[in-house]
Amino acid sequence: MAMASEALSGGFSDAPRQSARAFRAALEAMARPGEMQQLADLAAAPAPVSPAAATLLLVLCDPETPVHLAGDHDRTEVRDWITFHCGAPLVGPGEAAFALGSWQALGDLGAYGLGTAEYPDRSATLIVEGMGGAPVTLRGPGIRDSRAAELPETAAFQRNAALFPLGLDFYFCDGARLWALPRTTKVTEAEAV
Amino acid sequence: MNAEQISGEYNFAYLDEQTKRMIRRALLKGLAIPGYQVPFASREMPMPYGWGTGGVQISAAILVPEDRFKVIDQGADDTTNAVSIRRFFEKVAQVETTEKTAEATVIQTRHRIPERDLHEGQVLVYQVPIPEPLRFLEPSEVETRKMHALEEYGLMHVKLYEDIARHGEIATSYAYPVKVEGRYVMDPSPIPKFDNPKLEMAGIQLFGAGREQRIYAIPPHTQVVSLDFEDYPFQRMKAPKCCDLCGAGESYLDEVITDDAGGRMYVCSDTDFCRERREAGHVGALGVAEDAA
Repeated sequence: MAMASEALSGGFSDAPRQSARAFRAALEAMARPGEMQQLADLAAAPAPVSPAAATLLLVLCDPETPVHLAGDHDRTEVRDWITFHCGAPLVGPGEAAFALGSWQALGDLGAYGLGTAEYPDRSATLIVEGMGGAPVTLRGPGIRDSRAAELPETAAFQRNAALFPLGLDFYFCDGARLWALPRTTKVTEAEAV
Repeated sequence: MNAEQISGEYNFAYLDEQTKRMIRRALLKGLAIPGYQVPFASREMPMPYGWGTGGVQISAAILVPEDRFKVIDQGADDTTNAVSIRRFFEKVAQVETTEKTAEATVIQTRHRIPERDLHEGQVLVYQVPIPEPLRFLEPSEVETRKMHALEEYGLMHVKLYEDIARHGEIATSYAYPVKVEGRYVMDPSPIPKFDNPKLEMAGIQLFGAGREQRIYAIPPHTQVVSLDFEDYPFQRMKAPKCCDLCGAGESYLDEVITDDAGGRMYVCSDTDFCRERREAGHVGALGVAEDAA
């Protein structure tokens, strides 16, 4: 029963305080797009889920939030872990409130819920595993002038921002670090220096 | 016995974890759509609606054990509402509290923005009675939601125009409507319009309306424009006096009646700002120098 014990471990030992700290970092991240946040209190989910992504799932997901696992992340150990720790239903991209996977695996952004004109908050949040890519410049709410970042591509994020107030919001996770990109952020390719 | 054991009957910061997750998700979507009112399943709190249950729920969802928490009511730290909310979180979250704006990490406020500029890392939590800026113009939630969806804000400009037609100027002096990032018209809660320019700040601003079950937010450095007309531009307003205690000329003032013969004095509404100035040696017309006192 090695698999089962893996599914049962990796949660918080002091959930109220640890999730409060982790959420505060997630809040700061969403309020300041492109700014890296270091998580101190970490959850541990089976590979390939990063500690930062596991922490986000633990802090934000519960039986009220359908979760979509994309590509490599859609495996029994991860499903069992989420079912035990969050109790979140596992669904396809169309019904998901949260989706988790690598940028490639998450695929076509058109598959996710964008919210409606009257309820733009009913849109999916994508938790992207991995950072890096082409250098870009970010502008918008939460950013004083502009901020440098790296994204796997630019066109998809420009299309997403053009949908405002509808659109998807993103977290990028790597190890114990994460940063966020809400729909309000305008992405341009960084000018060559 | 440590503090954790004493308040053992309560979960950290009072609310249960599932409720906090629900509020936290609403806060993140609120930040992603600045000025948009996110519905949330507001809980019964151990205080009546109208006493800041929206703000309290947000504070409960964001507080960490390391926070230093400040609560103000109309700028003052020592009024009933502020004192009881501060005590509440001292008890259920064991957070340190302070009256100093500069040292606080989370500030819950009723109807004022502190005079001192907030910096990065500070969060301002507003208590909001009526979150819908269009509510007094259109009572139906179905209709106002549609108006926000269609960005149909003509009615609000008609209201401001009628102010001018009737009073010769825009008479709205508090809860003055703003447009956030060029999209959503938002009620900044009943802060005096004197505070409106400060809505563009370096801290995070979160708004909670408990009875009306709405959460909204303004991220740092977000454009917040007070609605106005080219020929009737937005104007800040305050009593044309200086604080009688600290002599400040640029702070928002409360008028205090001192006797039944028309005597009155003006004092800073922000008690921490006033205290800081008096400690720095500033004295107003009716003030007493700190050293002599």
